[in-house]
Amino acid sequence: MNTEVFGSVQAGCCRCTIDCRDQLLSVRLSGEIDQASAATIREKIDQAAESCLPQTLMLDLSGITFMDSSGIGLIMGRYKMMQTMDGELLVTGASPRVKRLMQMGGLDKLPIFGGANRADRA
Amino acid sequence: MKAINTMSLTFDSLEVNESFARSATAGFFTQLDPTVEELCDIRTAVSEAVTNAIVHGYRRAPGKVRLTARIYPGRKIAVAVRDNGCGIADIEKAMEPLFTTDPEGERSGLGFSVMQSFMDTIKVVSAPGKGTTVTMHRTLSPLPDDAGESPHISSQGAEE
Repeated sequence: MNTEVFGSVQAGCCRCTIDCRDQLLSVRLSGEIDQASAATIREKIDQAAESCLPQTLMLDLSGITFMDSSGIGLIMGRYKMMQTMDGELLVTGASPRVKRLMQMGGLDKLPIFGGANRADRA
Repeated sequence: MKAINTMSLTFDSLEVNESFARSATAGFFTQLDPTVEELCDIRTAVSEAVTNAIVHGYRRAPGKVRLTARIYPGRKIAVAVRDNGCGIADIEKAMEPLFTTDPEGERSGLGFSVMQSFMDTIKVVSAPGKGTTVTMHRTLSPLPDDAGESPHISSQGAEE
């Protein structure tokens, strides 16, 4: 098993913890996603993805207490990035409020919400 | 209608101030005992308006953002966010979902849509080179055993 730990970084009001295991890049976000935090989160995720070339990027949003439309751009951007890498994006732990925002951005139409089996891999 | 309580903030157009702006606004409105959901809606709408001022109004250049929160009788609230940035030539187009002037920044173009969704009304006043003022209104849900009045808030010293 290949595991690469990218560690944890505080991006504004959001903490971002990243590790990669067997081509599964796991990103756990907690706190608040806004314009101020999204740019740093994006940078950290993209750096990790370039390094470990994952098949799956899993975004765990269960610790998110606030998100505005900056989060929609962040998720959409990572979806496109994984598409260019012939991989997939998986989003877990979204609260009803976050899901409402994602729906407004049309993200609910994308195949990014996995079942329980996939979520267990995180 | 005359406001019965007003708060004004002026801060630099820095993204780090978005969190401060939404928290301060939510803190101001807690005197009305809103629901958690209502406070979250207001925080989100304010965050969008302030982000727009910084990213689109000033194009991330230095400037000042002025936020004014007002409480009116009947649990009505208003938040106005003003910048002195580049202004908007076509307000109707700017308010279309997914429209953005900052595609490289991964903006979703949903700022105005979110404000419209989370507040009752939104009014945008802008012109090229003249800055932009976004004013949002919402009526909070009545308190239990409340006819919508705020008897503990005096109108003394209030602004229009």
